[in-house]
Parts: sequence; structure tokens; C-alpha cells
Amino acid sequence: MSRPAALPRWAEWGLLPLINLGVALALAGGVVAVLGESPWVAVKLLVAGAFGSQEGIGYTLYYATNFIFTGLAVAVAYQAGLFNIGVEGQAYVGGLGVGLVALGWGEAHPLLVLPLAMLAGALGGAAWAWLPAWLQARRGSHIVITTIMFNFLASALVTYLLVNVLIKPGQQSPETREFGPGAMMPAMHEVLGAGGIAFAASPWNIAFGLALMAAVAVWVLIWRTRWGYAWRVAGENPTAAVYAGIAPARVIIGSMVISGALAGGLGLNELLGSQHRILIDFPGGAGFVGIAVALMGRNHPAGIIAAAVLFGGLYQGGAQLSFDLPRINRDMVVVIQGLVILICGALGDIFHAPLLAMLHLGGRVRRSATG
Amino acid sequence: MPAGARGASGPALELRGIEKRFGTVYANRAISMVVGRGSVHGLIGENGAGKSTLMNIVYGFQSADAGEILVNGRAVVIGAPEAAIAAGIGMVHQHFMLVETFTAVENAVLGVEGGLQLAGGLARARRELARLAGEYGLEVPLETPVAELTVGLRQRVEILKALYRRADILILDEPTAVLTPGEATALFGILRRLRSEGKAVILVTHKLREIMAITDRVTVMRQGAIVGEFVTRETSVGALAEKMMGRAVGGPLEKPPVRPGATRLAVRDLEVRDGQGVVRVRRVSFDLRAGEIVGLAGVSGNGQTELLGALAGMLVPSKGTISLGGRELVAAKVGPRERRRLGLAHVPEDRLGMGVVAGFSAAANAILGYHDRPRYTRGPLLRMAVIREECIQKMAVHDVRPAAPDLRITAFSGGNQQKLVLAREMDGEPSVLLVGQPTRGVDIGAIEFIHRRLVALRDAGKAILVVSVELEEILGLADRILVMNGGEIVGEVARGEATEAQLGLWMAGVSGEGRG
Repeated sequence: MSRPAALPRWAEWGLLPLINLGVALALAGGVVAVLGESPWVAVKLLVAGAFGSQEGIGYTLYYATNFIFTGLAVAVAYQAGLFNIGVEGQAYVGGLGVGLVALGWGEAHPLLVLPLAMLAGALGGAAWAWLPAWLQARRGSHIVITTIMFNFLASALVTYLLVNVLIKPGQQSPETREFGPGAMMPAMHEVLGAGGIAFAASPWNIAFGLALMAAVAVWVLIWRTRWGYAWRVAGENPTAAVYAGIAPARVIIGSMVISGALAGGLGLNELLGSQHRILIDFPGGAGFVGIAVALMGRNHPAGIIAAAVLFGGLYQGGAQLSFDLPRINRDMVVVIQGLVILICGALGDIFHAPLLAMLHLGGRVRRSATG
Repeated sequence: MPAGARGASGPALELRGIEKRFGTVYANRAISMVVGRGSVHGLIGENGAGKSTLMNIVYGFQSADAGEILVNGRAVVIGAPEAAIAAGIGMVHQHFMLVETFTAVENAVLGVEGGLQLAGGLARARRELARLAGEYGLEVPLETPVAELTVGLRQRVEILKALYRRADILILDEPTAVLTPGEATALFGILRRLRSEGKAVILVTHKLREIMAITDRVTVMRQGAIVGEFVTRETSVGALAEKMMGRAVGGPLEKPPVRPGATRLAVRDLEVRDGQGVVRVRRVSFDLRAGEIVGLAGVSGNGQTELLGALAGMLVPSKGTISLGGRELVAAKVGPRERRRLGLAHVPEDRLGMGVVAGFSAAANAILGYHDRPRYTRGPLLRMAVIREECIQKMAVHDVRPAAPDLRITAFSGGNQQKLVLAREMDGEPSVLLVGQPTRGVDIGAIEFIHRRLVALRDAGKAILVVSVELEEILGLADRILVMNGGEIVGEVARGEATEAQLGLWMAGVSGEGRG
């Protein structure tokens, strides 16, 4: 059978991800135990670090904002049957656009600069996705290969610009000068503070709200517009798409451009919200984490938000863990995060069949009880 | 190694209380049947009646939840096809399991090469296969790559392969679906030989006439259970059909006389090549007029699929013209979407592969190809309530059951899926309707409905092209019959003048008077 039988929605969306997460944490606990630390203590530290304080929550949601944007980017392409591995590079180039606007018009009013920066970020990401999409649509070059290559091209391009063109004069580190005051994404604790709610300082900023809005927009686009319909047809059954008169080239280019534009949102959070300058490798792998987030979130915006918060928590809690438990260094935290990505993302369906069998077992018991 | 008839007692195959459940649905329920040595046993039932599941259990593709399988009176555990083969059970699948670049001999020894050195095993196999071929009348060129053999010959290779593995029980799943009438007759000759040599043959089919022609006993399945078992010569087609469906079957299709109107679709000198550049359709010309059903008969794989694809705009012909209502389509590069707008509807042959999106609901499938029509959209947004409402209407008019627009399309039976596809394609008020295999994978009850519906559309002035590999369907529906062989139209005949024998010859590529 090519397509696994369907689980009930609550199991597919709730139970299965929880089982995956549980198994991943158990394995990670095993690693922690091998290192001579108590898995239980480690889990408590991890959770407390991510969700135990206002500052922790702030950082968790700040990381989650990146993952929402990149997860949505991956999901939009995925719904159209395309595996966009190039979100990292698209975020990089999109962020470059954001940064250039911030450098150029940083002294202007935020209400002018921020929309302009958003537009530039979306355009940069979209452009970087458009090229591989065009190559696939017109020349048949496989999008997985080209988007991977475009990640390297993006990295080389931004590095070149930072080292040779945009670098702040008179310094060694390849970074631009700081953005002007108009190009700062307002921090959440300031916004909440203005509303009379005290919240600890963190890089959590209103880009988070933009990410949530993007999630709603993606839901409408995919499930409520004729474009999204056409993309989903092409993603599920390319032959049926041709039959229905849906041009594959338009699906590829349209969905990839939107995917890239979403990736460009990362620059708003990372550069305008936190770094306030362009620096080397600011996406920091969020584009790849986005793949795991999209997989774990079942390519649905609601699932992606939940998965992004989880991964944000892993990032923040993991940092806390390596700080508190000396035997667990940064690399071990990466291993633990990798295990979660592996089990929840790449092997996300591994417990599908056993769960299906178990639920049917339940069905049999029920029937024999009534019959 | 294989268990033979070798003097063991008991029937060749006995099934006792076989049960198989998928989720809450019983695919097989309390199945018990006995297949005697030296007999041809028919197994019939509508689609989804559980025939395939049962045979998959016997051949080890699936395992039963409960029940016993006995071969020659001895209980066997069949967990995998290897175990079935070891127990002397062979299966000829509807879609052949042959390596096309291998010869018959190489295919036969595949998996049972007998030692590291291929040469010795091949020589032995060649001798043994020649002997078997002679014994059972299964003449095939043993040293020709299978790809160069006709479908009928490939099927013989499959049977030889099973016999080479010492099968005493041979399961044939819908073996005539891909054969011309002549090839089918030859196959029945082979089955009779097998029977007289003491083999047990299980013939899985939905064609009642085949059951009557060749079997000794017949088991009827419905909804996963056995609903009747008959000695073939003591029963009739009508009785079997009634058992299969659980109700009486309507009489033959009634059709008012044909009154063809203006030409709606004109095809001239069409040539279509496939992805490899091989010509699949050549020199095809015909007219399709308002108010007539033209039937395109032919053995599967003779260019019908490519012709339909070209007419629907999915394939670009390499030569020729297609005009729809006087408008030329090929040179103007009119695609499927524009053709739909111009009044060309298409019910595709491969429903699940092309006609519907498996993961979508019925309502979402009911707008496939029509999703950008103004009545379904408001700007870029889809009007979900309208789409759902119209799906409910379509379901009511076309008797789609259950009338549940939000249900996944794959949860509907083949017949109900097909009715929904037909409803959708009628939605755009087309002038021309292309229908590929209208009743493939459709249960008998729905077949009647779909046929009546097509005739009603004809009478309403639509021009309809029906492509079918079921000769009976063509004979029942069409006002005019075209026969395709090797990519060409080799014969044309009006309905009243068509004889099955003549059509069969044309389908087999034997040219008679044909057409000019």
C-alpha cells in the first residue's frame, strides 16, 4: 500500500507527535544518562529554562518566530509537492534585503521603514526561490538539488558583500554598522510595558505577531483560495493537475516564490528584532530546522506554530542545560536537538502503523463487548 | 520443495473460516470453500466483495486474522508468497510480474536459479519448460525477451512460470481483462488442459459469461462473505448476477433510435507519440456528432489512452488536427483548461490516478478542473459553502452514496467515485464528452446507472466518445463502433451490424474489410 491508512484526526495531530516527542526525549535521556547526569534533572532544567521564567519564555518565542517563518516556507512548497531545502539561503538573501533597507533608511520613521523592510525581505527571499523554481519549471533541474546549491550561493554572496562592501569601516569582524533607530522591531516587553504589563526583557519582538499573521495568511492561501487548491492538487496528484488544466510551471513558480517570501520574514525577527546589524550566518540553521518544524507540524500552520514553540523551547532550554550541567556541553545539546528532529521530523511516521494497529485493537474490544 | 498431488488425500485446496478485517470493515468473513483437484473453480463478486483479499491471503500477500488453509488435506501456514509456492500454489496476477528484458526461460528461473552457476540451471529450465509447454499447449517463444511478446503470450509465460514452480493450484486474477476474445478462447483451452491433468484452477473474474463457459463450480462473494456456491451447469447468468448484487438485475439497456446532429468533434490524421518518441496513435480520423455515442473498442494498450490524452489536451499530437465545434485545437495549442471552457468534458480512464485527488474530500474533488469558474470563486477565494452545497446537489442528482461532501473521496466505492466524476464533468454543460472505461472498477448496480445516464446525455444532444476494453459495454452503449489496434483505427461498424466475431478479429489486428 502506498498511502498509510488514515488515523483519526486527534491521533494524527495530537497523539502521534506526543509519542514521537516522548520517544525522542527518552533517547536523549539515555544520552544524558551515559554522560553521567540524571535525565530527570536534565529534563527539568530544560523545561524550566525554556518555559520557567518570563525571560525564558521570551527567548523561546523569539527563537520560535524564526522557526514559524521557515516552517511555513517549507510547508507552502511542500503542499505543492516541492521539497524546498533552500529556505536557509532564501532567509539569508531575504534578510540581506531587510538589512539593506534598515541601513539605508534607518533614520526614517519606523512606520515607513518597517513595511519597506518587510517588502524587501519578502522580495529577496522570493527572488532567491524564484531562480531554482524557474530552473525546475523550464529546464527540469531538480529543485532539491538546486535549492541546496543556492544555499551555498547565498552564503557566498552575503559573505562577499559583508567582507568587501558592507563591512563597518575600521573593524575586523565582518558586520555592518548598527541600524538606525527607525529600523528596530519593537521588543515585546516594551510593547507590553506600554500597555501596563510588566514582562522581563528578551529579544522577543513584534515579528512574532507578524509570524502568527503569516500563519493565518498561509492557511487562507492554501485551503481557501483557488491558487492553494491548484497547488494542493499538483502536490497530491500531478497527473490529476495536468488533467484539470493546472499548469505545473505556474504551480512551481507561484508556490516557491511565496515560500521564499515567507523565509524572508526571518530577517525581520533576527536582524531588526535582535541583532540590529547584518552579520555572518544570521539564519543560523533556522532554515533547516524549518524542515523539521514543518514535518512535525504536519505542514499545517497550527501544527507549525506548536512545533516552532517546541523547537524554540529546545533551543532556549538547551542553552540553559549546557550552562547548568557542565558535563552537557553545547555539542550535546545539538545532539539532543538532533534526536528530536530525527524522531519527530524525519521518522515522524514511524509509529503510525503501530498506533493504527493499537487503535483497531481497541475497536475489536469494543465490538466484542457490545456483540 | 513443492508438495504435489502425490497421492495425498483430500481436496487440492480447502479454506476453513477465513476472516480478515481492515479497521472495522470485514473484507472476508467466515469464508469456507473447497476446490477439488482437476477442476476449474470460479470466484465472482462485485468490486470490493473481498475476492482479491481472499486470494491475497491464499497466496501469502496478506495474513488472515482467523481461519485455516488446507492443501491436499494438510493444514499449511502461508505467511508469504514463498510459502504458498512451496505448498504448490501459483498465481497469475492481472498485472504480470515479469522482467520485460528477460526471456521466458530467464523469467521462469528467477528466484529458483538452482545454484550459483546460471548456465546449468538455465539448460535444465529450458528442457523442463519445453516439456511443460508441450504438455499443456502453452507454446511460447522461450528465448525471446518478454517485452517483445504479445499480452496473451506473456500471460502464458506467467502460467508456465507457475507450473515450473510445480504449482498444482493455479489462481488466475481477471485473466481475460487484457486479452482479445480470440486470446481468451485460447486461454480457456489451456485451462481445460490443466484441468484434465489434475490441476486445480481458481478463476477470479467479474465476467459471468466466462464463468459459464469454463468453470465446474462457482463461488459467489458479496460484502466479504460467501453468498452462494453453485455447480456451474445447474445455474444461469441471471441467477449468479442476482446473487452477486443481492437483487434482481435490470434488463438490457433501452435506447431510443439515434438521431445524430452536427459534427462536434472532428479528428483528422492524428498521430501521437509517447515520451520515448514511439508512435502510439497513427492516422486516426473520425467525426463525433451531437446525439450519438461512438464506442472505441480495442485491447488495452493499443493507443486508446494516448488518443484520449490528445483529445483532452494532455498530450500534444505530433501530427494531425482536432477541431471542437469548428475550432482547431492542435495548432492553436489549446490546453485542457481552455478545452473544458470550449465545452469538452473528460471522464478519464484512470480514475484514481487522474480523475480524482485521493487525499481530497468529495466536495473538493467535485470542482477539480472547474475550480476557477466564477460561481466557485470570489476573487482569489473559493466559496466553500457554494462548493459544498453544489456537491450535495450533484450527489442527489447522480445518486452518489453516501451523500457526504466532506468525506474523503477514497472512502467512496469505485462506482460512487465514478458517478461523482461524471456529475462534475457534466457540470460545465459540455457539448462533447470523452469517457474512458466508464465502468472500470465499478460495481454492477452502478454500471446500470452510469450506462443509463450516458444514454440520457446522448438523447439530450451531447456527442459522446466511450473508450472501453469491455466489448459488451461497447456493444450495449455505442451507436457506432470504432476498433483500435496498434494505434490505428482498423474497423468501423454501425451498432446493428456489429458482430462480436468481427470486432474480435479487428481487435486482434486481423484485417477484414475494415474501413477505407
